[in-house]
Amino acid sequence: MEGTDQEKILMVLKEKYEDQILLAEMLYDFSTITLKKDKIVEVIKFLYDHPATKFQFLTTLCGIHYPESNQIAVMYQLHNLVSNQRLRLKTYLPADNPVVSTLTPLFPAANWMERETYDFFGVIFEGHPNLKRILNVEEMIIFPLRKEYPLEDQIRDDKNDAMFGR
Amino acid sequence: MEVKQTTDQYYQAEEKQYSYLNLGPTHPATHGIFQNVLKMDGEIIMDAEPTIGYIHRAFEKLAERRPFYQITTITDRMNYCSAPINNIGWHMTVEKLLGVEIPKRVQYLRVIVMELARITDHLICNAVIAVDTGALTGFVYMFQQRELVYEIYEELCGARLTSNVGRIGGFERDFTPKAWEKIGRFLKEFPLVMKEFENLLVRNRIFMDRSIGTGGITAERALSYGFTGPNLRAAGVDYDVRAAMPYSSYEDFDFIIPIGTNGDVYDRFMVRQEEMWQSMSIIKQAIAKLPEGPFHADVPDFYLPPKEEVYNNMEALIYHFKIVMGETDVPKGEVYHSVEGGNGELGYYLVSDGGRTPYRLHFRRPCFIYYQAYPEMIKGSMLSDAILTLSSMNVIAGELDS
Repeated sequence: MEGTDQEKILMVLKEKYEDQILLAEMLYDFSTITLKKDKIVEVIKFLYDHPATKFQFLTTLCGIHYPESNQIAVMYQLHNLVSNQRLRLKTYLPADNPVVSTLTPLFPAANWMERETYDFFGVIFEGHPNLKRILNVEEMIIFPLRKEYPLEDQIRDDKNDAMFGR
Repeated sequence: MEVKQTTDQYYQAEEKQYSYLNLGPTHPATHGIFQNVLKMDGEIIMDAEPTIGYIHRAFEKLAERRPFYQITTITDRMNYCSAPINNIGWHMTVEKLLGVEIPKRVQYLRVIVMELARITDHLICNAVIAVDTGALTGFVYMFQQRELVYEIYEELCGARLTSNVGRIGGFERDFTPKAWEKIGRFLKEFPLVMKEFENLLVRNRIFMDRSIGTGGITAERALSYGFTGPNLRAAGVDYDVRAAMPYSSYEDFDFIIPIGTNGDVYDRFMVRQEEMWQSMSIIKQAIAKLPEGPFHADVPDFYLPPKEEVYNNMEALIYHFKIVMGETDVPKGEVYHSVEGGNGELGYYLVSDGGRTPYRLHFRRPCFIYYQAYPEMIKGSMLSDAILTLSSMNVIAGELDS
């Protein structure tokens, strides 16, 4: 995808949602746009319907935890299969109260992806028909992919991790 | 006074009772650990609720603590029917992050390995469809051929199922003459067995009656459910990552993307069958056009030097130490790379903060995304069709649960 394609997407977005755009960049070969969290689903719906973009395929959706800024990012990857354009949309939610609207009315595929993101990051997708844990046991009380839950017990003293740890 | 109720009235009554059936988690017919709670009306499925996660191994969390070269073994265990595709997809993701240029020979060798893996993946799926329709013979024929491919893997990397083939930058060693001989033997023998297998099933009236119109999905529903791979192509959408976003020199090869029309079991079977023929043609083209050159790229920071170099050469020793101790720096950034896996678009979303391990690694696992359409696909069908639909979707438990 060339820069011109990204400009086209941005032009379409600026028609209606200019105030929502925080950052637009090219990350390697991928056009990435960071948006405010309030209207993210509205924007995706707009890009879905707009004749110039028609991003009608949801490739994937996932969360990323940034403990330094106490934020959880939700990443959506959309694809227009006809013009073979891809787009990544990101939005940042506060980690204490990560709430965002659901994409399920638009893409049924988002159902399990959102459940997975809830399962691992605790992101609440408002309006989701069945928001419960999917891969982990339902009794689990933590959200395991958050950075505050290390893979190994960090207070172990039988192992010197000074050289090999992250 | 006694009220006599006719059968029709009974069925129209609101207090009609359904029976609930637990299909799985461990059931010999589901080929993996899948649980479905089926709401049954006699033998008709009214509703299904899948439960997944029985073999969840937290790969995304594990990956956050492993150096890049150790994540390859994690990817093996996702779609274990076509592990080399997963391995090479991961190598290419890291190479994209590092900006490494890969020699043409490596790209062609990778295409050969990936297409062999695609053949084994489709072969198992189609053989299992045959078993679920009652034809065990074809299954045995195909599994013999899978063994030939696994012997090729053994020759390339020493492993069979969880192959861990290749390294970041290329291959650990060049293909040996023995490996070429085995590939040649496979290419000679496999078409004959494929023809025999097709003779058994393709125009077989019993198989056709059983599979045509079973477990169908329309192209619109398939797209909205995020289908990719043979399942999407069987519904009539010609989306293939190999053609849409060519990687590893796929643009050099001439191949057809087969599509179906109804998206039912028969179409999925036929699409996979044709893809195996196409894969064989790609392998033949790659062997014919194979350029000379090195079998790995020049990335000393990530590609382990040969052992004799490590013992005799200071520079190689330093690189060896740095790689094993994980002291090599990677650029910061976000990269997404997708390959056409055995059952769809297999994507790697890698966020790097410059450390020795990924900051976040997300796998786009095609099974996980399309398996959620399963309840919709089996609603209103018979129990035995549900089994057939599941095996024809090629849902691999390892990939589903990551």
